Amino acid sequence: MAASDAGASGVRPAAVSARGWGWRHAGRAAPAVQGLDLDIAPGERVLLLGPSGAGKSTLLHALAGVLGDEEDDADETGSLLIDGQVPRGQRGRAGLMQQDPETQVVLSRLGDDVAFGAENLAVPRDEIWRRVHEALDDVGLRSAGEDAAGGSGGLPLDHPTSALSGGQKQRLALAGILAMRPGLILLDEPTANLDPDGVLDVRDAVGRCLDKTGATLVVVEHRVSVWKDLVDRIVVLQPGTAATSAVLLDGPPDQVLAEARDLLIGAGVWVPGFVPATRRRTSAGSGGLLLAAQDVAVSRERPRRRGFRTIPPVPVQTGITAQARAGQALTVTGPNGAGKSTFALTLAGLLAPVAGKVSAAVDLSGGAGIDPFTWKAKQLISRIGTVFQEPEHQFVTGSVLDELMFGPRHLGHGGERVDELVERLRLTHLVDANPYTLSGGEKRRLSVATVLAAHPRVLVLDEPTFGQDANTWAELASFLSELLDAGTSVVSVTHDEEFSAVLGGTELRLGPAARGGARQEAGAA
Amino acid sequence: MRAALTLRGNHALLTRANPLAKFGAVFLITLVLALSIDWVSASVALAAELALFPLAGLTLPLLWQRGWPLIVAAAVGGWSTAIVAADSGAVLLDAGIWSISEGSLQLGLGFMLRGLAIALPAILLMTCTDPTDLADALAQKARLPHRFVLGTLAAMRLVGLMAEEWQTIGMARRARGVGSHGSPLQRLRATLGQSFGLLVQAIRRASRLAVTMEARGFGTGQRTWARESTYSLLDAWVVLGGVLIAAAAVTAAAGMGTWNFVWR
Repeated sequence: MAASDAGASGVRPAAVSARGWGWRHAGRAAPAVQGLDLDIAPGERVLLLGPSGAGKSTLLHALAGVLGDEEDDADETGSLLIDGQVPRGQRGRAGLMQQDPETQVVLSRLGDDVAFGAENLAVPRDEIWRRVHEALDDVGLRSAGEDAAGGSGGLPLDHPTSALSGGQKQRLALAGILAMRPGLILLDEPTANLDPDGVLDVRDAVGRCLDKTGATLVVVEHRVSVWKDLVDRIVVLQPGTAATSAVLLDGPPDQVLAEARDLLIGAGVWVPGFVPATRRRTSAGSGGLLLAAQDVAVSRERPRRRGFRTIPPVPVQTGITAQARAGQALTVTGPNGAGKSTFALTLAGLLAPVAGKVSAAVDLSGGAGIDPFTWKAKQLISRIGTVFQEPEHQFVTGSVLDELMFGPRHLGHGGERVDELVERLRLTHLVDANPYTLSGGEKRRLSVATVLAAHPRVLVLDEPTFGQDANTWAELASFLSELLDAGTSVVSVTHDEEFSAVLGGTELRLGPAARGGARQEAGAA
Repeated sequence: MRAALTLRGNHALLTRANPLAKFGAVFLITLVLALSIDWVSASVALAAELALFPLAGLTLPLLWQRGWPLIVAAAVGGWSTAIVAADSGAVLLDAGIWSISEGSLQLGLGFMLRGLAIALPAILLMTCTDPTDLADALAQKARLPHRFVLGTLAAMRLVGLMAEEWQTIGMARRARGVGSHGSPLQRLRATLGQSFGLLVQAIRRASRLAVTMEARGFGTGQRTWARESTYSLLDAWVVLGGVLIAAAAVTAAAGMGTWNFVWR
């Protein structure tokens, strides 16, 4: 890398140019991107918008030089260049961050993970560690220096990466990218899986690093308000055809947002200052008690066997008391790691409480026993339905229709409700598709529909709006408000205040995790 | 599970030794013990290994936590050997087809001690060796291909993740009505379905991790190492220690006349 034209930070901002560029993945009939013409000047910061299927991720992967490694019959047209050369040959020129924090971490110790990219670029050892310290400082995960004992609030270099939160993992990934001194930083929905604090931490870290290095930025993200002030240009992509251009709109953020506000809203983009219209609640619910948690302590871990002894797990949260009532919503909130999801799963009869009691009212249990955890799967699904954060975890068949019919068939019902759900959640055109091939929004709608097909009276949802576009969001919120009015009890774990506002009801706020030695290997148990 | 893969808090002397030196010492001891079934060589090695515990930061409770299946297996192995081995010397206990004689008891004891003496160094090694350091040593000192070594190391991190995912998928499927109830066939089908779900997630995660690694320049030609894997004087002591324990075991057994090659 030429050091002469690089700034004080050692970074030479990259230029991007696409001319009639297109890419068709191996085994696909239609190209993911077609006819893309785009120029990005060195140091420019671009927010890439567009409906799913517009090829945003494909473009980012191509720029990162990781596209088509094992795809023999993939098809590339036109040209896509960084600094006038193909991206594939110049590793380290661009750094890519993806959505899932767990897969952005490579090694198990903090410092090693940051060093990984620099090692691969054959940077000399002393220089690597200099960069590691600097990068960790820049992203706000300040390294505690060489002497781990004398740390001043920072994390030691041998801090285990598995103990980081999602937002910290994404900042760690950014540090790993910075240590390569890339001229182009590519972020593919970097904050879609994070809670609001994590989102801002990552956004601010990116801003600081760009100010310092002057690197070029291309970020793909639904939530425009988060990135609007950081970028100086918005490019809206559309699924290209042979006749139309892949770039729909291109310009300064304010101009694009003013010109194309309605169009972007229509495409489900979260435009700043816009809350999608949702159905209002019309009834307050009967309020009949269905399910209650009393002084419950929760943990995902099962009791452990140490030799011949059984040791109960250390709970992540204790002393939770809450009720789920007919026609009323309960929203579980709190910081990361407070045990929100764990509590919801315990309430839903999927985990046994470590202490305390979860009990179903006679109205709900209908003779199945008081403790939902002891119910058979068949008894459970017709009483309490749980929608997991990751829809794919709940797919059990090979087609959308089978997926929807699975619950009713199991219970020996007909599919009357299924037709209604298919219609209501706009899945009609997808009934024969494989669930795994659906888009993110479609998967979310399907996972809600499959659980509801069994007619549960309590519905538990874990972060149902995470990473969803505004259209899916509004649909989901409206649909749930209808369910509530019809007498279902809805329990949701969420960070989304607008979503809770639509549903109404009560909030259960959990404090920071009860700190215990849950993860620590005790010296002597 | 994820915690078990790191050594946080262990600052014992042997954590600073090069993993390859530790491997060498363990290999020597294991080799010697594999050559003979007798209680003398095994007990000498075992005693020496127990004496090394503090150097590896291992304690008896910790050993029991991590190694109890091996310890139980060694005890069961020794007991059954004592019962079924051909009798020699005075018969101590006779219960029909099963009998315990002096000779078979000695053989059984030798079997058990040998099992323990072979299992213990492996547990010691695991206790004081970080996977990352091991990978560094394998790639830099043993010259194994770094693509393979680092790929395995990164994949190991996902193993812990998959264990958590398995639990989540199990709950997610129960919430769909697929339960671990019913006939064995139904249960088998449920487990197969859950495995498929895990496989899909594992492949997705693995391919995303591969993209992450590739985007950080992994797999192209020359690379440098942020952590240099080095040998020090300590490693000489480690290997020497291995040689000494092995030699002491053989000498003691030969001196007491109990040494017998397994193939005889």
